[in-house]
Amino acid sequence: MTSDERLAVRRTLKLYVGGEFPRSESGRTYPVVTPEGETVAQASRASRKDLRDAVKGARGAWSGWSGRTAYNRGQILYRVAELMEGRRSQFETELVAGGSSPTDAAVEVSTAIDRWVWYAGWADKLGHVLGTNNSVAGPYFAFTVPESIGVVGLLAPDDPPLLGLVSRLAPALVCGNTVVAVAGGRWPLSAVSLAEVLATSDVPAGVVNLLTGRGSELAPWLAGHEEVDAVDVCGADLELSRKVAFLGADHVLRVVAPGPGECDWLAESAQSVAALSAFCEMKSVWHPMGT
Amino acid sequence: MTLSPTTAGGEHPAQPVHPVLAYSTSLESTDIVRLDRLHERGLFIGGEFVAPHSGRFVPSINPATAQPLVSYADADATDVDAAVAAARRAYESGWRDLPGKERAKYLYRIARQMQERSRELAVLETLDNGKPIRESRDVDVPLAVAHFFHYAGWADKLDHAFPGRSARPVGVAAQVIPWNFPLLMVAWKLAPALATGNTCVLKPAETTPLSALLLAEILQEADLPPGVVNIVTGGPATGAALVAHPDVDKIAFTGSTSVGKEIQRIVAGKDRTTRLTLELGGKAANIVYEDAALDQAVEGIVNGIWFNQGHVCCAGSRLLVQESVAEEVLDRLKVRLSSLRVGDPLDKNTDLGAINSAEQLERITELVEAGVAEGAEIYQPPCELPDAGYWFAPTVFSNVQQTHRIAREEIFGPVLSVLTFRTPEEAVAMPTTRVMGSRRESGQKRVPRSCGPRSDSGPVSCGRTPSIASIRRRPSVVTARAASVAREVATASSPTWS
Repeated sequence: MTSDERLAVRRTLKLYVGGEFPRSESGRTYPVVTPEGETVAQASRASRKDLRDAVKGARGAWSGWSGRTAYNRGQILYRVAELMEGRRSQFETELVAGGSSPTDAAVEVSTAIDRWVWYAGWADKLGHVLGTNNSVAGPYFAFTVPESIGVVGLLAPDDPPLLGLVSRLAPALVCGNTVVAVAGGRWPLSAVSLAEVLATSDVPAGVVNLLTGRGSELAPWLAGHEEVDAVDVCGADLELSRKVAFLGADHVLRVVAPGPGECDWLAESAQSVAALSAFCEMKSVWHPMGT
Repeated sequence: MTLSPTTAGGEHPAQPVHPVLAYSTSLESTDIVRLDRLHERGLFIGGEFVAPHSGRFVPSINPATAQPLVSYADADATDVDAAVAAARRAYESGWRDLPGKERAKYLYRIARQMQERSRELAVLETLDNGKPIRESRDVDVPLAVAHFFHYAGWADKLDHAFPGRSARPVGVAAQVIPWNFPLLMVAWKLAPALATGNTCVLKPAETTPLSALLLAEILQEADLPPGVVNIVTGGPATGAALVAHPDVDKIAFTGSTSVGKEIQRIVAGKDRTTRLTLELGGKAANIVYEDAALDQAVEGIVNGIWFNQGHVCCAGSRLLVQESVAEEVLDRLKVRLSSLRVGDPLDKNTDLGAINSAEQLERITELVEAGVAEGAEIYQPPCELPDAGYWFAPTVFSNVQQTHRIAREEIFGPVLSVLTFRTPEEAVAMPTTRVMGSRRESGQKRVPRSCGPRSDSGPVSCGRTPSIASIRRRPSVVTARAASVAREVATASSPTWS
């Protein structure tokens, strides 16, 4: 190295919990390894305590986030797309380092951004499409409206590292849920960058909490935590999904498994109203009607 | 222009005010508006500002001063022809076939750039229209933005908006809008038409064309393809040329009932595939029953008729009040009226701004004179009106009979007609005795059954709306903009939340 060559400043890969970027309280890290076998960084390996902190952050942020107007939530999620667009070269570079071709990386980033935009637009339309006016056999005006569930746990897939996470995170957020996401373990750089975008996108602290580490280690604790209302198992294998459902039964956890086509990440089928409704709780109201 | 404060009168005389507590204005600066850029700017056709064929420019007047602001182009039939042709080209050469998610992105861009220039839009709107800056800043502009944002999201979700049907664009839409909410009406017309893949030729109102011209600049900055939106300013002749144009596929009009009827006659002579949407005038009623919370009811009444100087198609211009509480409601209303501030629209404390035009002022004056002549009892709080400009004091008529013109004709001004009733059945029957019937003509016809057996006067809402009196068990029949409001409102008094 010559004296006029500049040494790059490297980034520490941290967790994103309650709006802050802590290291794992356990002090554990794990190596991030390229397909060629080169270790490029050490990522935080979240512990059970980190997970509990994340759930606490998500629970605390829920009433504020779900209480916002749909219009406001939509604008905030659209802002995420705006900021991702501005940092797309960073996302692409990281995906390429993780083994994507430059073309694939560009398509993945574009699709992820467009997915935010698509779901952002749903915020104030969910009620129109999922809500119903029920014809009941009695003197009542009965109607049903979609509401948020609460805290949603998300086990994101390893691949694609960015688009898989975004495709499941966005619908959960649009409905007013707060999220504890466990990024795919293989290539966590994209998730960490996404956390940095979220932190600067007007998404309130605690609405999204992003952990890196081992999904198989964290999933049982996520499923068993009584403050977690639903877990999306799209990144888990069958065995782990079953474990989540079993452990969650104690507090009647909702287990969300992606429907057909919802994991064809680049396809239109990966974004759907069905995905949205999986993250909604339906509330029905019976209003007495004079006869 | 400064204005001395409105003083209370009648049974509630004003107290002398200590000098320290005397009113001082809080004027919004107009520096942000570049009027020189808008002066003789031309027509917005094919993505460019072009000079009108006739070379004619006419002034747009500031109704608060009666002084001209800038001159705008007066489009003739040749200009309209060029605008429709540009819209047709844009439709066929790409906009029609653009994927929904790309159309969405244009609309999101427009919404964002409107947000960035919202103060400029609000001040310009108040200068051109005369409405209080508080309303243009907090209502007109944010709502206009919200419409673009909302419809942006629909552009790639049309299958969900129309389940079971395959939504496709109609073609070129001719859109003629009124002066009461100039920019908001632009948004109501453009946003849904663009989201569904149509191209537009929009004609703003003769007295309020400026915010639409500023929006044209925003459309340019958003890189909206040329011709997708065209804006032709002018008077009735421009509007007539546009709606009669043989190459428009859809006509949307918001405005007076009489002009709406004219347009319907014109369209009747065209190809049957030409679509028409009319949103016309009204004579909506607020109903107050004896068990209502009266102070809340008074607030609802005030917002219903004095918001935007009463220039609202669904203004609560009639008040139906149960006889047993009529006197008390009227007394409380008069007290509340004495605190309404009438004056400079740029003053952030102003409640009632200027009447939009000399012509409208004349119509209001004529109808109010008819009310007095027919025997209704008039009340106006003493308030000093500015010397220059077009102004009308807030007015309440009591002892109004259903046969009076002020109970039947749309005044479109700050004038409330109070009628009384004895039984709920009588109250619900009264709104249907109208001559206008225009709210039904406006195409909005959804009435929750719980609101009464015989009410068919259009949008109905109860409880928690801007213009409503709250009633237990017996919901009030009132004015609300959208049918969806009725759904939201029905929950307000529900004891059965699960």
